[in-house]
Amino acid sequence: MKQGRPGGESKVTIISPGAPGWNERWRELWQYRELLWVLTLRDIKVRYKQTLLGAAWAIIQPLAAMVVFSVFFGRLAGIPSDGYPYPVFVYSALLPWTLFANGVSTASSSMLGAVNMIQKVYFPRLHIPLASIGALCIDYLVASIVLFVLMAIYGIPVTWNLIAIPVLTLGVILTTLGVGILLAALNVTYRDFRYVVPFMVQIWLFLTPVVYGKSLVPEQWQWVLFLNPMAGIVDGFRAAYLGQPFDLPMIGLSLLTATVLFVVGIAVFEATESRFADVI
Amino acid sequence: MSSSFAIKAENIGKRYRLGERRAAYSTLREGLASLVRTPLRHRRRQDTFWALRDVNFTVEPGERLGIIGHNGAGKSTLLKLLSRITRPTEGTIALRGATASLLEVGTGFHPELTGRENIFLNGAILGMSRQETARKFDEIVSFAEVEQFLETPVKRYSSGMYVRLAFSVAAHLQPDILLVDEVLAVGDARFQRKCLGKMEDVSRSQGRTIVFVSHNLQAVGRLCNRAMILERGQVQAHGSTAEVVDEYRARMGGAGERSDGPALERISNDDICLLEATARPNPVAVLDELCLDARFRLEGSGQQELSAFFALTDANRDYVASVYSRDEDTSFRPDQDGILSVRCVFPFHSMLPGTYQLECGLFDRDGQCQYWLDTGRRLTVDRVLFNGRSFDGRGGYATHRGRWSGGSRTGK
Repeated sequence: MKQGRPGGESKVTIISPGAPGWNERWRELWQYRELLWVLTLRDIKVRYKQTLLGAAWAIIQPLAAMVVFSVFFGRLAGIPSDGYPYPVFVYSALLPWTLFANGVSTASSSMLGAVNMIQKVYFPRLHIPLASIGALCIDYLVASIVLFVLMAIYGIPVTWNLIAIPVLTLGVILTTLGVGILLAALNVTYRDFRYVVPFMVQIWLFLTPVVYGKSLVPEQWQWVLFLNPMAGIVDGFRAAYLGQPFDLPMIGLSLLTATVLFVVGIAVFEATESRFADVI
Repeated sequence: MSSSFAIKAENIGKRYRLGERRAAYSTLREGLASLVRTPLRHRRRQDTFWALRDVNFTVEPGERLGIIGHNGAGKSTLLKLLSRITRPTEGTIALRGATASLLEVGTGFHPELTGRENIFLNGAILGMSRQETARKFDEIVSFAEVEQFLETPVKRYSSGMYVRLAFSVAAHLQPDILLVDEVLAVGDARFQRKCLGKMEDVSRSQGRTIVFVSHNLQAVGRLCNRAMILERGQVQAHGSTAEVVDEYRARMGGAGERSDGPALERISNDDICLLEATARPNPVAVLDELCLDARFRLEGSGQQELSAFFALTDANRDYVASVYSRDEDTSFRPDQDGILSVRCVFPFHSMLPGTYQLECGLFDRDGQCQYWLDTGRRLTVDRVLFNGRSFDGRGGYATHRGRWSGGSRTGK
């Protein structure tokens, strides 16, 4: 018999062909929360080890995109920026966009990067894509500081609108994870999605008011634009930083689609999880 | 029997679609195409096979069960089911208490992270809480003998240090049930013994249950008090280790791929006969250390010096490799009883996975072959590397190890 161990730990786990119920899954995700944290920390540490510029990369990427977009779309194409300096106008949108674009591509390939772990040890697989965007969130925070610098340079006042940022950030993360997790699951079975993702992200950029403002779209068609969750979120970000009035119905619609995407992503992932180790 | 089981498996079976394990992935186009082309035959019967079927067994708490069997007998599949990496197709398994599985040494280790960071990372992956890892940290480090290198990225570790650290983390797991694959096949012999001793210790003193999959019968004999033979996905025997290991040896002696064939004298000599020839370990991992032994009885031909050779042939009896002591000006004299024992140790052998036949013989000082025997002994080289990693299936005729230099080192 067992000795030297306090009683009450002899919980029985049943392994059967059917997938476990949702209660069991949530319990397990919670039970393994420490692993989620450790994996996130690992990615953050690895990301900044042996890179010469370290955290500077977090800034360089959106900053370079801002410069390129300002020259081509702002200056050469003359896209209107609602009366704001184009660099700030586009950077306030690039901030959430960069998190989304990098997050989707990282999360969607995260399962393939963890093949060995998936085949050798059990833990709730959902933690892999969840942990994969942790490092990007740090990048996002660093890049946010740059925006305040830009606002100071262009003399844009800070307003109370900024208090919406946490909610909007949550919206970006929800959308990123929803899309990322869905693609991660599909990527396990069909490697085609590896090629789909960069292409999809590129097109998505132009379906989102990043380089242009929503005012460019005729009013009666704007709701179509905002079915894209990133549209409302990016628009919300711009309003928060630049102090424009929020377009609440549109932001609400986008947050709703973001939530739906998130739920669908997790549902698809969990429905295929039990097969991962066999097919990956 | 009673309700005191640690593991209870009832009628478990695992069916794979053929190719699912090998051709690792499909493309969307193929998936759609096969669905459109053959909607009804999409899952033909012959497309599947059972890696395990109708497997029933119970493990009592505190038992140390060894699972033995040939490659492809379903050992790994069973371990994957027990550790919940994959789901059974039918049947149920009940596990009582916390379970941890050790199917590989160093799962999740990241080369860029330091030894310290990897201990916590690996601990979490294996199911240890941060506090638990912190509590055992010093013990883990001293067991692995890597004190001075804690702040060094593990990519700069020697492979021995890497394996020691990885195993040490795992050896300090304290689940109720520990599932262990043949990870003990890595590291040097001294450390292997230390690991086995540690696991035995934990099981004996704390009554933990261990399931150990191996085809190293010695390790099973040392660690386990119960054993089970798996063959073609089914349990063939289950009982005390001594009985089961004996039965396994007997089965191996019978028909089967790994059994030995009849000996065949190619050059016979009335004065010489072979008493024994062995290759150890057998099966052996790719690039692992290999030791060949032969014992001859010599009569009449006096105390003359002889040089020895070993050769390996393939299934068609074509030569694959050979080693001659005369190349190194080494010859041997039999002892007073006329017994001549020779041994040849390879720090690593260069054979690719497969089954080979062992030949050996003796030359006299004039270079005349005095005796040459196809021993009928088979040597199997498994599809696994000496360091426990899986073999990548490289082609060619041989593979080697060497001293590498140049560039800045990025390997572990």
